[in-house]
Amino acid sequence: MSSATQEQTETKEATASLTQANSWKGLLIQPIVLLVILGVMFWWMSTADLTETERITLNASYLSTLAWEHLKLTIISAVIVLVTAIPVGILLTRGPFRKLTTPVMALANIGQAAPPVGLIVLFAFWLSFGTTAAIVTLVVYAFLPVLKNTMVGLEAVDKRTIEAARGMGMSPGMVLWKVELPLAVPVMLAGIRTALVLLVGTATLATFINGGGLGLLITTGVNLALDRVLIFGSLLVAVFALAVDWIARVIETAVTPKGL
Amino acid sequence: MPNSTADHNSSTGNKVAFNPSMTEITGATILLENVTKSYGAKKAAVNQLTLEIPAGKTVMFVGPSGCGKTTTLKMINRLIEPTSGRIVINGEDVTTMNGDELRRRIGYVIQAGGLLPHLTVGANVGLVPKMLKWDKQRIADRTDELLELVSLDPEIYRDRYPKELSGGQQQRVGVARALAADPPVLLMDEPFGAVDPITRQRLQEELIHVQAELHKTIVFVTHDFDEAVKLGDWIVIFNEGGKIEQYGTPEQILAHPANEFVEDFIGSGAGLKQLGLTRVRDVDIRQAPAFTVGEDAATAVAHMNEAGVLRAIVLDSRDRPIGWVTRRQLERMTTVGAAHARQFPVVSDSATLDDALDTMLVAGSSDAAVTGSRGAYQGIITVQTVIKAIDHISADPEEVSTPVGHNTGAIPKLATGENGVISYAMDEEETATEVENDSAPWAEHSDPAETHRGSERA
Ligand SMILES: Nc1ncnc2c1ncn2[C@@H]1O[C@H](COP(=O)(O)OP(=O)(O)OP(=O)(O)O)[C@@H](O)[C@H]1O
Ligand SMILES: [Mg+2]
Repeated sequence: MSSATQEQTETKEATASLTQANSWKGLLIQPIVLLVILGVMFWWMSTADLTETERITLNASYLSTLAWEHLKLTIISAVIVLVTAIPVGILLTRGPFRKLTTPVMALANIGQAAPPVGLIVLFAFWLSFGTTAAIVTLVVYAFLPVLKNTMVGLEAVDKRTIEAARGMGMSPGMVLWKVELPLAVPVMLAGIRTALVLLVGTATLATFINGGGLGLLITTGVNLALDRVLIFGSLLVAVFALAVDWIARVIETAVTPKGL
Repeated sequence: MPNSTADHNSSTGNKVAFNPSMTEITGATILLENVTKSYGAKKAAVNQLTLEIPAGKTVMFVGPSGCGKTTTLKMINRLIEPTSGRIVINGEDVTTMNGDELRRRIGYVIQAGGLLPHLTVGANVGLVPKMLKWDKQRIADRTDELLELVSLDPEIYRDRYPKELSGGQQQRVGVARALAADPPVLLMDEPFGAVDPITRQRLQEELIHVQAELHKTIVFVTHDFDEAVKLGDWIVIFNEGGKIEQYGTPEQILAHPANEFVEDFIGSGAGLKQLGLTRVRDVDIRQAPAFTVGEDAATAVAHMNEAGVLRAIVLDSRDRPIGWVTRRQLERMTTVGAAHARQFPVVSDSATLDDALDTMLVAGSSDAAVTGSRGAYQGIITVQTVIKAIDHISADPEEVSTPVGHNTGAIPKLATGENGVISYAMDEEETATEVENDSAPWAEHSDPAETHRGSERA
């Protein structure tokens, strides 16, 4: 090999490791900032001169109950979205099921385009008020980004790579698991991250139908004109969403195949 | 190919005694029997093709775009399922067996290597052995062995990812990967189409070396007729619909194009193209005086006077040519030095005359130094030598031996002879007989091409 090509590949490697180092550094800053914000919020809560009514909501034990409810809503709906949207996405990129792509995408689009406030109320009347209706709404709402990115990620895999894999004697299943999915992972994870952030935000609506979660702080703040509760609640949801975003990005960085 | 799957050193059960003078042939005979592939109602992409590909040979598929080369190639490993007809490899009908298992026994190389980008070079090469459940150590050993075979240092490249390699290196890994489980058959679809001409030339020469060592059956699709001449033992020229226009050795096709289509396809300068068939080592290499740096200059001058020449070649301490010096320059030196040496072109003795001529013309020189292994000086080749070779070629069309393969523009019928030997009968009245392959009748077949091609590839 000529020294020129060697140099070239070495530079390539150097750039690769550089960008990797950069992305890890970026990943470190976000949680630090979030922790600082959270620290300031709780320091303010414990020192501020709060009224009795404000104290009812703004206290550590009540907040942790709400946060836990919120987390549960998010996680349960996220898991349901993942185990449904990913398989559907895979299926729609397989030969005989390709024809179904258009109708399924249309449905998923409706799910996302419909305002979630309306959806959640409709589902509540249909399924009774409570957590179940909230989760159904969240699943419907976050289904599209995961489905779409699964399909886009799989379709973007170079057809010649797939053919080479088939040509070496991999079965279609092996090609899916060992080639297509690993190569689609970055795009799929981007969709999952979008979905998670959507879920955290949208889960605040659960409170309208007695579904629980941090949304209660916001409704309480609005209904009782408690600005400080309202702001505190909104901030908390934002921090929560950013934290979820961060976790998803860590996973993304960790599981993206190295050769890409 | 009964036992070709795992045991990479076995001869894949090939009993064919094609070539006693060479090392064992690991390749397998491939037979396409009246194979058709049609997509929908359109005219068939490949129509009633019957083609024998002899074991241990390199058969090149050439033809205009869309004529069905890739389709034919992919029907051999059944990436494309034939609409009708049979594919028989070493006597075994593989038309209905499990396609994935079949493909694990056949090497497959495509343009740009088709490497899996998320796996290291080593993992790419070890893919098929892993599917065949070899143990780890054996896979690791085999991987290193193959990387070395394709001139990549395993220490450096084993753990790299494909994107960290140049195009030519990726292509080499592609070849190594295809050879990993020691398949008897290698299918290559325009493998060198995506690399620059210089790299392509090197990869071609490497393939020739690899093939000289391994004797696989190689089916190689190319757009480039010169490549076909350079690499092929046999060339199939296809027309639209997988119609074979001519099947013969490069010599036969160049000397006796079957029809106008073939003539047009070869293009002008068939004589010149034959230069691609002859290697520098096969022609007269002239000896010119050569002196190693540091030798006594006076003795050198004396030698030159004796030989009556005005120029001599200066070699470095490892016998590699550095350049020309004139007698007058030498007279002014005490020991032979390279300070005033004039650069001149160098060609390897395994280069084709075509490449040698190219090198000389590009360098604007009427001669070039010839080097052998490790770049050691062998002699010089001149433009005159090459021109003489052209005269020789066109004056002496090589003996025309019966081609081993046939095509069916007119669908020849397969017939089983008295002693079970299959022969092709061009006679259309003869009724087609279903062939029993179990007895591996190809063992009886002989390859006439051997007589005049074998020595060259050795
Ligand atoms: N999947 C397919 N569906 C329909 N037609 C096809 C398909 N694949 C190939 N064909 C047609 O079959 C014919 C032969 O194609 P093939 O790929 O074998 O050509 P080729 O000789 O390899 O050409 P090239 O030199 O351009 O690679 C072409 O006319 C092509 O349009
Ligand atoms: Mg092709």
